Amino acid sequence: MRYEAPDRIEKAVDLLASAAGEARVLAGGTDLIVQMKSEIVEPDLVIDVKRIAEMRGVVEEGGAFRIGAAVSGAELKEHPRLRKVWPGVIEAANLIGSTQVQGRATLGGNLCNASPAADSVPALIAAGAKVIIAGPAGRRELAVEDVVLGPRKTALAKGEIVVAFVLPKRVPLAADAYLRFIPRTEMDIAVVGCGVDLTLDPAGKIIAARMGLGAVAARPLLVGEAGAAIIGSSLDEPALARLEAAARAACRPIDDKRGTKEFRVQIAGVLARRVVHIAYERAKASAKVST
Amino acid sequence: MLDTVAKKSDYKVVGTRPIRPDGVDKVTGRARFGADLNLPGQLVGRVLRSPHPHARLVSIDVSAAAALDGVKAIVTREDFADQPPELTAAGEMMLNYRDVVRNVLAREKVLYEGHAIAAVAAISAAIARKALRLIRVDYEILPHVTDVVAAMAPDAPLLDEAMITAGVTPTPTTPSNIAKRVDFGHGDIDTGFAQADVIVEREFRTESVHQGYIEPQACVANVAEDGQAELFVTTQGQWIVRGHCAKLLGWNVNRIKVTAAEMGGGFGGKTVVYLEPLALALSAKARRPVKMVMTREEVLKATGPTSAARVRVKVGAKKDGRITAAFAECAYGAGAFAGSPAGGGAMCAFAPYELEHVATIGLDVLTNRPKVSAYRAPGAPIAAFAVESVLDEIARTIGVDPIDLRLKNAAKVGTRSTYGPTFAAIGFVELLQAAKAHPHYSAPLPAGQGRGVAAGFWFNVGGDTAVQLTLNEDASVTLTAGTPDVGGLRASLGMMVSEELGIPLDKIRTQIGDTASLAYNFVTGGSRSTFASGMASVEAARAMVKELAARAAKIWDIPVDAVKFEDGMLKPAGDNAGKYEPMSIRDIARQMAKTGGPIVGYATLNAQGAAPGLAFHIVDTQTDPETGKTTILRYTALQDVGRAIHPAFVEGQMQGGVAQGIGWALNEEYVYGADGRMQNAGFLDYRVPVASDLPMIDTVMVEVPNPRHPYGVKGVGEAPIVPPMAAIANAVARGAGVRFTQLPMSPPRVLAALSGQGAR
Ligand SMILES: Cc1cc2nc3c(=O)[nH]c(=O)nc-3n(C[C@H](O)[C@H](O)[C@H](O)COP(=O)(O)OP(=O)(O)OC[C@H]3O[C@@H](n4cnc5c(N)ncnc54)[C@H](O)[C@@H]3O)c2cc1C
Repeated sequence: MRYEAPDRIEKAVDLLASAAGEARVLAGGTDLIVQMKSEIVEPDLVIDVKRIAEMRGVVEEGGAFRIGAAVSGAELKEHPRLRKVWPGVIEAANLIGSTQVQGRATLGGNLCNASPAADSVPALIAAGAKVIIAGPAGRRELAVEDVVLGPRKTALAKGEIVVAFVLPKRVPLAADAYLRFIPRTEMDIAVVGCGVDLTLDPAGKIIAARMGLGAVAARPLLVGEAGAAIIGSSLDEPALARLEAAARAACRPIDDKRGTKEFRVQIAGVLARRVVHIAYERAKASAKVST
Repeated sequence: MLDTVAKKSDYKVVGTRPIRPDGVDKVTGRARFGADLNLPGQLVGRVLRSPHPHARLVSIDVSAAAALDGVKAIVTREDFADQPPELTAAGEMMLNYRDVVRNVLAREKVLYEGHAIAAVAAISAAIARKALRLIRVDYEILPHVTDVVAAMAPDAPLLDEAMITAGVTPTPTTPSNIAKRVDFGHGDIDTGFAQADVIVEREFRTESVHQGYIEPQACVANVAEDGQAELFVTTQGQWIVRGHCAKLLGWNVNRIKVTAAEMGGGFGGKTVVYLEPLALALSAKARRPVKMVMTREEVLKATGPTSAARVRVKVGAKKDGRITAAFAECAYGAGAFAGSPAGGGAMCAFAPYELEHVATIGLDVLTNRPKVSAYRAPGAPIAAFAVESVLDEIARTIGVDPIDLRLKNAAKVGTRSTYGPTFAAIGFVELLQAAKAHPHYSAPLPAGQGRGVAAGFWFNVGGDTAVQLTLNEDASVTLTAGTPDVGGLRASLGMMVSEELGIPLDKIRTQIGDTASLAYNFVTGGSRSTFASGMASVEAARAMVKELAARAAKIWDIPVDAVKFEDGMLKPAGDNAGKYEPMSIRDIARQMAKTGGPIVGYATLNAQGAAPGLAFHIVDTQTDPETGKTTILRYTALQDVGRAIHPAFVEGQMQGGVAQGIGWALNEEYVYGADGRMQNAGFLDYRVPVASDLPMIDTVMVEVPNPRHPYGVKGVGEAPIVPPMAAIANAVARGAGVRFTQLPMSPPRVLAALSGQGAR
């Protein structure tokens, strides 16, 4: 096995595009190295992207954030602005693993590992995040919800690398939140993950809503109907009931050792209700703190 | 509290909390566990395992693998002679060598997914893996059965076509998967049930759970050209590993020197052999050291979990809480070979109680799963889950406090136990009184929470033990024991010797000896190591004192019985009192050569007088009605611990038992697919509790000393895993309003049950 650690994107793309056997990008390695140790993947070439400066920083550009794909969860948490403006994305990223795992796990790895249950992905979907992709044919952008196609399958072509995530500029009275259900309290895989982003008008009415759901289908989902269900409401009971129903209707889960279908569907509705309340309170409170 | 041994205040060292001697090595990573030894020229050993739960092994062709460059040795069933049926003790359970040889490498059939078929030693892991892929195995697939109840059905696929249930009269004429039935009890339960005002009868199911030790099975074998062998291994018993390996290899036991590594958890699971005979056989063939380490998947699929079970319980009681009759049938899955802990379950089920009419049955049932091995108080937790749940229902039905119900029926000294013997030492009443008086029991309970209690019993054992004490020339002492240290044993033994000799603890170094350095020691198991090695250490210390007195007598030229040992000093006594200057152990040590040579204290014994351990737990839970998730909010574990030599280690045992019990109650389970394969063979989906799942586990040590141990020791390692499942189920029943008769009480199951029963 060959190990390379280039310091430029172009070099990494070249290596990846021209590799003869199986080549893998290495970010934090908390998925990849585990898979290599358990002989699920046996790459001939491993390309460590942690020396590429563009992938390692967080920049605020006119209110939008550009987060390098190889920034660790622990670094994200320490960013003073990010956790105020996007508390849902940050809490999702920081649910990954444990303190030790946090020191290495990245958003890029969480997305590109293409697990239906990845925690940061539904939050990024709700946030309306886009990814910047570099490849042999140059750069392109993709919405986060379009990256994962199914378990271990992404829309990345051979030679393509996710360089960064872009979180859009915030309007006032807006906030996000993420909740997941696991049987334990940490070090577990989501049975359901639910992210939501809300924008309110000054009267407290929801004027925009996006919801992402994880672990309920072959890939993380953007649930348009769930967002639509609460737009125009202030989370009154009929709106919540519509939301719950939309979240449940979006689920296409499998029965497996991690929970029955019925259980996942049930929990999706419960989490949807719980998470919108959190986001709603945060959005209201955001009027008081200037973003 | 009772005090038949010596008053606690008489002790200077026993009962204090010194820092453990193995602590620094463990926190710095210096401690050598099973996989930490590497020898020059060492090969990597790997095992080929069956993907099928049940199949006839038609042929095994290793020729392509053997021809691969870098492969140095391969072993299959051909390399091990068959063994006739012969029972032997392994930990707290019995093994049959006929089965052991078949479990180590499959012979006629593979009997579970993960069953070992061949082992390869190669110069690298990659080559060993490749070699395994080159081994061609022809299987004739057979129907399988992994469920314990399905396995008892008359038309179930048979694991052993010749198996006739033992313990049943008349002897059955048709074979079945039920290997054995055992019966315990006294009185006449029909009479007892006829006297009852209330009868509760329930059926319970539990799934297989694994010991979950963090350190996987690992060993390094090194067989020299002359056939002398060394084995470095993670084990609870060096001598039993030596014995089993020698038996399977047809060697004299003294050809193998077994050294026990530091252990990263065993809990009963490291009392049997899996890799060890393979590593020795591979090393003997290759003439190079062979190291073998299991993956977590192998640990879960191929090493003993404990039984999945069905337990039926029926209890009758008077309105005042007096139990008139009790019945339990414990059908426990054994996995691929006979030997589940059904007998232990049947014996412990009602053991804490004094009953006039009681009958319990144990059924040992074969299934296409890995052979079970001991797991802390083997059999007892499953039975206690069922019995203590039923007692809770009885208490609620008749409106009696659950502790009072147990007090009314508690076994005492002199009670004839439900499994036969009469109790000579038992502190159940003291324990229940302490529980009732504990502030947790009377603390107000917020709405939505439930509080549950349950009791647990374990026999505890003694057994073969040898200890050696050496007095060094600088008056320091080396203590060599043979029971591997799983929870602070070295400190506890050192403390008892320090108390005996009046030597400070830091002058006593305790080590665990290999099989060549001491006489035979039975395993660390049955909560015996502090009890039995402690007894032997005290005897060895007393033997050393005798010798010290003889040396002083020689120096002073007075009779031996005119020397007494007091406060660490040898003093002339009686007529000679005051005639000579008292001598310290150091003074004698300096004159060892002149007075007769080196001084040792040695003790070998078969420790008798182990007293049962009793535990009583109080737990508060809250169940989320929308997700079915149960949170443990407060936990208090009380236990009759005899005498706590090092209280922190006793508390550690109690807390550890509770932690494992919480996992068993809430999330741990083997999940099998219809294909007979385990679906969750990793720590992601086999969910042991993580630290944040647990509240602070409060402990209360009730000290009712064991009169048959010089320091009052009772075993403490197993009783604490017995009550948690029932205590938690009882709390959930009271808090969430649903009585669970099936483990684990995982969120999907709880939610289904909650929605099934509607609003409450
Ligand atoms: C103990 C433990 C607990 C965990 N708990 C959780 C949890 O709670 N929730 C959760 O969601 N996950 C969890 N995980 C999984 C893992 O930590 C996360 O998915 C993590 O975000 C992966 O990031 P990484 O940087 O370590 O990825 P890596 O392992 O480095 O990479 C993962 C995959 O993505 C590819 N990749 C990485 N970066 C890029 C890129 N920029 N462009 C293209 N491809 C790329 C790699 O080639 C690889 O296939 C856990 C893992 C462990 C070991």
